[in-house]
Amino acid sequence: MKRLMNIAAGALFAAALALPGGALAQEGKATIGVSIPSATHGWTGGVNFHAQQAIDELKAAYPDLTFVLATAGDPGKQVSDIEDMMATRNIDALVVLPFESDPLTGPVKRVADAGKFVTVVDRGLSQPGIQDLYVAGDNTAFGRVAGDYFKEKMPDGGKIVVLRGIPTTIDNERVEAFQKAIEGSNIEIEGMEHGDWNRDKAFEVMQDFLSKYAEIDAVWASDDDMALGVIEAIKQAGREGDMWVLGGAGMKQMIEKVQAGDKMVPADVTYPPSMIATAIRLTADRFVSKAPMAGRFVIDSVLVTPENAKEHYFPDSPF
Amino acid sequence: MAVEAREQPARRRLRVDFHVLGPLVALVALVILGMSLNDQFLSAGNVTNVLARSAFIGIIAVGATFVITIGGLDLSVGSMSAFLAGVTIIILNALIPQLGGGWATILVGMLACLAMGLGAGFLNGILITKGRIEAFIVTLGTLGIFRSLVVWLANGGTLSLDFNLREVYRPVYYGGVAGIAWPIVVFALVAVAGEIVMRKTAYGRHCAAIGSNEQVARYSAIHVDRVRLATYMLQGMLVGVATIMYVPRLGSASSTTGLLWELEAIAAVIIGGTVLKGGFGRVWGTVVGVVILSLIDNILNLTDLVSPYLNGAIQGVIIILAVVLQRGRKGA
Repeated sequence: MKRLMNIAAGALFAAALALPGGALAQEGKATIGVSIPSATHGWTGGVNFHAQQAIDELKAAYPDLTFVLATAGDPGKQVSDIEDMMATRNIDALVVLPFESDPLTGPVKRVADAGKFVTVVDRGLSQPGIQDLYVAGDNTAFGRVAGDYFKEKMPDGGKIVVLRGIPTTIDNERVEAFQKAIEGSNIEIEGMEHGDWNRDKAFEVMQDFLSKYAEIDAVWASDDDMALGVIEAIKQAGREGDMWVLGGAGMKQMIEKVQAGDKMVPADVTYPPSMIATAIRLTADRFVSKAPMAGRFVIDSVLVTPENAKEHYFPDSPF
Repeated sequence: MAVEAREQPARRRLRVDFHVLGPLVALVALVILGMSLNDQFLSAGNVTNVLARSAFIGIIAVGATFVITIGGLDLSVGSMSAFLAGVTIIILNALIPQLGGGWATILVGMLACLAMGLGAGFLNGILITKGRIEAFIVTLGTLGIFRSLVVWLANGGTLSLDFNLREVYRPVYYGGVAGIAWPIVVFALVAVAGEIVMRKTAYGRHCAAIGSNEQVARYSAIHVDRVRLATYMLQGMLVGVATIMYVPRLGSASSTTGLLWELEAIAAVIIGGTVLKGGFGRVWGTVVGVVILSLIDNILNLTDLVSPYLNGAIQGVIIILAVVLQRGRKGA
């Protein structure tokens, strides 16, 4: 999928480069601010990596574009970053992956009101209609695809346990969609606990699940970092043969396992951190091409199986 | 303990006993609660899990007991552990071509980890003693520095140990002697050594003396700065020991490694009866405190008593209760 997006972006670049040079020089001068959460867990680490890479590539392709990248550890810092960008860097466009929806809605709206081009990524704002472009991951699809896979893999039902992420809207949307997808099947959720998208925490929660339940047929770890912790706990208990694990996001270690046909990791569900690259590239295109760049761009969550694992494997990414 | 040997009127002794036994009472109460809620609670597997996962915080908290006893504080231990884990993994991976993927590599990695821990502790200690900066500020600074460095080294992602080397290293966490897991053995050895050093050595008494009154300690010809520096280095080295046990568990280090361990260690030390403003430390109490904290998490996972959203609140209540139980009478 990312390859497809790259092809699309590449085609846009080619079109832009074909324009008369004069028009390009005038239109192409722009400063784009990029505000993202700092690398506090694996997925945001991937976001940082892909943002930096997209910026480096775009800078090389369009010397007239200037980028300002800021990473924030909490919503308050992110608001300050955006205010600083407006006050001191005179940005023409803002690409923002909001830390949390509510606190960022007001500050991003002020940027939009000042006539700047605003791209929102992943987490939507609390008010509709502020952004020009919305590049979104699909959390409902993330839960649904996982749920459908469980139904397909366990036609006769079975007992599963679920590890949830940090308590947020994102996590709620995923889990609700998952529960809806397995409704009507004989799959029974025995236990559900928060592992906070953290490998260590997930390891401990899974150890306790294993003590508590004598029979577990599968685990929805709902995140690849957590899945790695879960797998370690299962190995320790010597119950590798009894259950399989479904993670999520598309971390390279997990894709490797799927590719290798690991019995415990039969599949994965994507939620690509590279969506930030899509957003930055589309925003840059707004300034270097005449193609319309407003609207919604939803990035699907797809099932990764041994057959298509190769397309989702990025060996250079830290995630 | 020492209390029993003292000759005191019965009434006074009873009071002291209760004060000393506070954390133990809380621990026993938790064990009984756990037993009544889940029959798997006392299974060998579960007990091993709880004690082995306490080992990291526990080993660090033994060091924190000394730091707090001298009236200091080390907020950097969690970040330091993440940083040491990251650099140790990098060193181990880099050594494979020279030393091969066997125990030689792992031993060098372990020694490097200990040495770096001592170095990091020395950095904290020298800034506090020679730099004359508050321990709180110095370690708050190094907390940020170590945490950022590991994120930077991992390029925002996760540092992973070479797969084959990991298989060799794995028994250090998962293996054991006589059915007792290595982390528990190491934790026990560190705790016993800590208790002896605190009670029976000149260094331990100097720690308590500096914590209760630095001026008086100085007039008593105690090398205050030297003892302090040694204490922060001891803390650093114990963080190194904990990290050596941590790396084989998941074979990786990332920005979330060791998050908030410093606060858990401090909470365990205080639950155990060490005085936060210094002057009195109790290593065995710290061990009880660490196990109490682990048990709370374990019991909440094993049962469906409360909404998982409230886990933090339950922990908070129990921490405060455990301290109230042992301080109530003394404060009055």
